[in-house]
Amino acid sequence: MRARHFTSAALARGARRSLAIALGLAPFGLVVGVLAAGKGLSLVETGLMSGLVFAGASQILALDLWTHPAPILAVTFAAFAVNLRMALMGPALAAWLEKLSGWRLWGNLFLLVDHGFALAIAEGRKGERDGGFLFGAGLVLWVAWLACSLLGHVLGTALRPPRGHPLFFAALAAFVSLLVPLWRGRHDALPWLAAAGVALPVARLAPHGAWHVVAAALAGGLVGAWRERRQGTA
Amino acid sequence: MIETANLLAILGMALATLACRAGGYFLFRALRPSPFLRAMLGYVPGALFVGYVVPALAAGGLKEWLGAAATLVAMRLSGNVAVGIAAGTAAAWAVWLLR
Repeated sequence: MRARHFTSAALARGARRSLAIALGLAPFGLVVGVLAAGKGLSLVETGLMSGLVFAGASQILALDLWTHPAPILAVTFAAFAVNLRMALMGPALAAWLEKLSGWRLWGNLFLLVDHGFALAIAEGRKGERDGGFLFGAGLVLWVAWLACSLLGHVLGTALRPPRGHPLFFAALAAFVSLLVPLWRGRHDALPWLAAAGVALPVARLAPHGAWHVVAAALAGGLVGAWRERRQGTA
Repeated sequence: MIETANLLAILGMALATLACRAGGYFLFRALRPSPFLRAMLGYVPGALFVGYVVPALAAGGLKEWLGAAATLVAMRLSGNVAVGIAAGTAAAWAVWLLR
């Protein structure tokens, strides 16, 4: 019975469909590798991070905060704060996941990322529900992510770009890019203003660590939710 | 090749990320979160990246500002994160070379 919820045909279909997305992911992975090399992480450490964490935005943020020795608590918290959005993806894919168990379920949960999620939501609207599709798409993205960050590390080690080199601007550019699809409409304006208003002074008072990022996320979330509740009860 | 502090930091990140990926699925299955929390989680991703980008731009100069502007324009036109990163980095690079 389980085979119908997780077929190898769907796995191949998902893998094929995510190839183009994997290409789009490549520069992002390269940036992670270059940043990791710039912070003195070894090739093995870079591969471990990309393979085990497999979440680009949190890796870039963590590498930006990376010092020597590594700030274990700060980067763990940063990863949690940045990836909290993934807690909302699993529930949205419940129709795909609820009939799976064992490695099929855990593999899909481990491979859950923004790009694969977006693809699954789009395919789900056309009737796709096979867990194999999700797994195949995630696996291709994972392999591409690992390969690109390792390649980026090799490039970063060879080029050794100095501090302030525009190559490092790619990390900031990645976050600016991600803001565009995150903007859902005018109701985001007030929470975003609140986030910026809180982030600026906190960044000045506590320049080390990710506190300004966490404070901004909480401020924006609270402002948005408060206003929704007021509008709902009014 | 692997430093203990680096390994612990990477494992911490990996566990925190897996907790997000799997925790959300199992938590939402077991209990229904309040509408307030659900609404709040909807605003967290955008606010989080604003919190990262705004102080970084405030601390930056012409290179960062033009780079960010180029990123936004390219992103609006293409809808592709990779194109946005490439355009922004190229613009920042151009400013860097010209000065």
